[in-house]
Amino acid sequence: MVLEQVMKPQAYATEVHVDWCPGCGDFGILRTIQMALAEMRMDPSQVAVVSGIGCSAKTIHYLRAYGIHTLHGRALPYAMGIKLANPNLKVVAVSGDGDGLGIGGGHFVNAGRRNLDMLYIIFDNGVYGLTKGQAAPTLKLGVQTKSLAHPNINDAVNPIWLAMAAGATWVARGYSYDVKHLRDLIVEGIRHRGYAFLDVLQPCPTYNDINTKEWYGGEDRKAENDGRPLPRVYKLEEEKFDPVVRDSSEIEKKATQALDKALEWGDRIPIGVFYKNELIPTFEERIQQRVPTYFERPPALQTISGRDGRPTTDLGKLLGRLTIEPA
Amino acid sequence: MARLPPKVNELSWMIGGPQGSGVDSSANAFTRACAHGGLNVFGKREYYSNIMGRHSYFSLRASRGIVRSHIDDVELLTTFDAETVFRHTTEVVDGGAVICDPALAGTKVSDVDTISRRNAAEIRAQLAALGLGETLGDVLAAAEKRGILLVPIPFKDLLEDIAAEFKIDALSKISRVVNMLAVGASFGLLQYDFAFVEKAISGVFRGKEKLVRMNVWGARKAYDLARERVPEFPIRLERLPRKEPRLILTGSQATALGKLYGGMRFQTYYPITPASDESEYLEANPVLDLQPEAMDAAFAKERDGSILVVQTEDEIAAVTMASGAALTGTRAATATSGPGFSLMMEGIGWASINEVPVVITLYQRAGPSTGMPTRHEAGDLRFALHAGHGESPRILLASGDFEECIRDGALCFNYADRYQMPVIHIVDKALANSNGTIPVPDLSDLRIDRGVLADDGSTFTPEKPYKRFDLSKGPISPRATIGQPGTLFWNTGDEHDELGHITEDPALRNLMMEKREAKLELAAKEIPDEVKLAYIGPEDAETVLVSWGSTKGAILDALDRLAAEGERVGYLHIRLLNPFPVDVVTARLAKAKRIVDIEMNFGAQLAGLIRERTGIAVTHRVVKYNGRPISSQELDEALTRILRGKAEPRTVLTHGA
Repeated sequence: MVLEQVMKPQAYATEVHVDWCPGCGDFGILRTIQMALAEMRMDPSQVAVVSGIGCSAKTIHYLRAYGIHTLHGRALPYAMGIKLANPNLKVVAVSGDGDGLGIGGGHFVNAGRRNLDMLYIIFDNGVYGLTKGQAAPTLKLGVQTKSLAHPNINDAVNPIWLAMAAGATWVARGYSYDVKHLRDLIVEGIRHRGYAFLDVLQPCPTYNDINTKEWYGGEDRKAENDGRPLPRVYKLEEEKFDPVVRDSSEIEKKATQALDKALEWGDRIPIGVFYKNELIPTFEERIQQRVPTYFERPPALQTISGRDGRPTTDLGKLLGRLTIEPA
Repeated sequence: MARLPPKVNELSWMIGGPQGSGVDSSANAFTRACAHGGLNVFGKREYYSNIMGRHSYFSLRASRGIVRSHIDDVELLTTFDAETVFRHTTEVVDGGAVICDPALAGTKVSDVDTISRRNAAEIRAQLAALGLGETLGDVLAAAEKRGILLVPIPFKDLLEDIAAEFKIDALSKISRVVNMLAVGASFGLLQYDFAFVEKAISGVFRGKEKLVRMNVWGARKAYDLARERVPEFPIRLERLPRKEPRLILTGSQATALGKLYGGMRFQTYYPITPASDESEYLEANPVLDLQPEAMDAAFAKERDGSILVVQTEDEIAAVTMASGAALTGTRAATATSGPGFSLMMEGIGWASINEVPVVITLYQRAGPSTGMPTRHEAGDLRFALHAGHGESPRILLASGDFEECIRDGALCFNYADRYQMPVIHIVDKALANSNGTIPVPDLSDLRIDRGVLADDGSTFTPEKPYKRFDLSKGPISPRATIGQPGTLFWNTGDEHDELGHITEDPALRNLMMEKREAKLELAAKEIPDEVKLAYIGPEDAETVLVSWGSTKGAILDALDRLAAEGERVGYLHIRLLNPFPVDVVTARLAKAKRIVDIEMNFGAQLAGLIRERTGIAVTHRVVKYNGRPISSQELDEALTRILRGKAEPRTVLTHGA
């Protein structure tokens, strides 16, 4: 699966015209996915990137890997179908916050219960961009972005909390303008053994005039001494935050601190890994308990057609149980 | 006093009781006992959407000949509860028999609160008309006037005997044994060889030695008691020698087996009645044997296969997850019923525009909305045909009996791969929950057809890349799978170009629409006539019946009787509903003087489809929509009226409790 030659991010780009708005945070995410795949020297034919609907969903057309652009909210079940049928593939799902937490919220929760070995990235900008700026699930109560007629009447869902509650075993947040940091998170998320969830804060320059690049960067508040902007975004690792569960007795403590950190918003917004627990068996490992040959010969790699196209399945045993012998 | 003419090995039997009390086990035991003795059986299960307490019943026909459907007349009704007597005694024929518990004689119809008020009032009125009161004793008195034999079995006394024999301290622990007492008593009355009963009970409780012994002991007691009390019941069952083994199975099992044989290795489902049974059966048997002779050299490495069954969070996930699996080259399916199928619309459209070979097994039940979840209807023909927005080609194949469930279960995957589109395999509640004996089917002609596949990836270059939706090769583009080196492709629910990227180019849009629709035309041309439909009956029949799905059994049984009476009637059974087999249907119907459409829905949907696709109008419609499958008996009566010119153009059948 890993290629021998050194790969450049550009090797994972297609020739399709990228039609996001100038300044869109999606560019940064696309670039970091390409950088991460290059760093891991991934063979594109062993990678499937699956998206839902919306601006985020177009990502797959710009990536040189199997790209599956699906239905609104359904990136996860398609991605899980691919992964379960062939667990040798690397599978990444991408969604927007409306796509993944609104219409696709049910799948978000159930993906956590399963813990498949895959990465799910949510492009989180608080608005439904492609339909012209309606409020999306992570927009805070009372916030009025520019195409809203009234301040937002719904409160926001907290993606980190939801992922923790659902059972994701690697939970992180990145920022689309901190490209290197985001690349590292994507690499770590892909490498995590289990279901990794990555929330990426991302300005929508066209419709979200509140949570802008300048706002995240703290341009509205300058340091008293030198007048430098005081960024709202900070890195958890820089504060020696340790998200790793090394023993099951630590789960409560590590989960609690993750939830605590995820409450921070406004003046200080943490990015980085909130929680990591590889002690939970993956769904694939659970399947292997039932079907010992699962990894060796998953559904996609079984021979179903034999000589002259004859079915290889032998129904003998099953039919035997339904057979009435001659009287 | 009415008496049945003596007969051997022809029986219509019914057992009823509260749901969750073991009626299923007793039905199973009775069915298997008949089959062990060489008889053919067909059984129909009716139950409420309820876990425990509501009335359920099972009716069975046993016969020396082929039996494919149920009839309305009950010759032997057996039960240990009052509700069954109240509800079903009117269905017992004059001279038939009722096995019941004499201790219940004082129970009033109004004491049974699971009987609907409408039904209770009806029962009271019937009894009042005979000058009787409203107790179970009154019902039995009315039955006795019709020459019905009453076979009182003191179930509680027998349970006490069992408790004493097996040293059980509380009767409640063995209350379910009453079911086998009812079975034992039935066979005593029928003078059947008890060895078959014992064998059947052992099969039902396989591996549970004490249960087997207790149930056999009790059944024998009840058997002797019934035989002693009614030494001469006119119907007898006896062993029928048979040389060949037969299968006894449900439609759910048949469909599952066909899908496995067809190479399915991935199935998703969300719990729903009556579709879940199939998935649960598959889930219980995840490891599959392989045939060494078909595998050749590969067998050394691959000694067994497996089916992965995933229970999803909803039916949207079910159809989309199955589609994801299908993209990897896995034969993948999902199974559902009406409400779940409704949730799958968008996913089916996606599979259609992306040319994904996914199979959806649709177990129809009575709708709309939740409708009657455990009751039968075939009202989803139009829905399955058009489900989803826009125009999205799909293949529709509907099975009519257990053999067709097996074959179609396998064939669906061939068509999905060959024509690269979703295939909807339509079955229904009646098929799913009925069971019966069939000869072991010969499947040796079935082959796996994966359609046109992409070359090894090495033939593609950056200048001449693999194109998933290549337009240069006719409507079918060679199919690659995710993970096949050198064959990167893209999918999108948007209209796409040859590589699979989004396009809104009007000319390309036309080409892609035409490509997809042309695949259906190809399917219509290539799928053999014997899959499209079956015609049974004289070539020159002036009256042709036409239907689809599980009405087949009742129609063929009715046809046999009509043929015996000298009527020249044919039956056109349509299996391929899309692409519609216009030419062959037209050829079969054009000459008929009388065309009778028979359907388990209100609107006679097939009749409309035939008119739309062939211009031919049926002359009569026989429909049923009360949630209970058509019986061959009520169909026979309706057809006889039609043949005598005494029927309206539309007949509504209403039988069934």
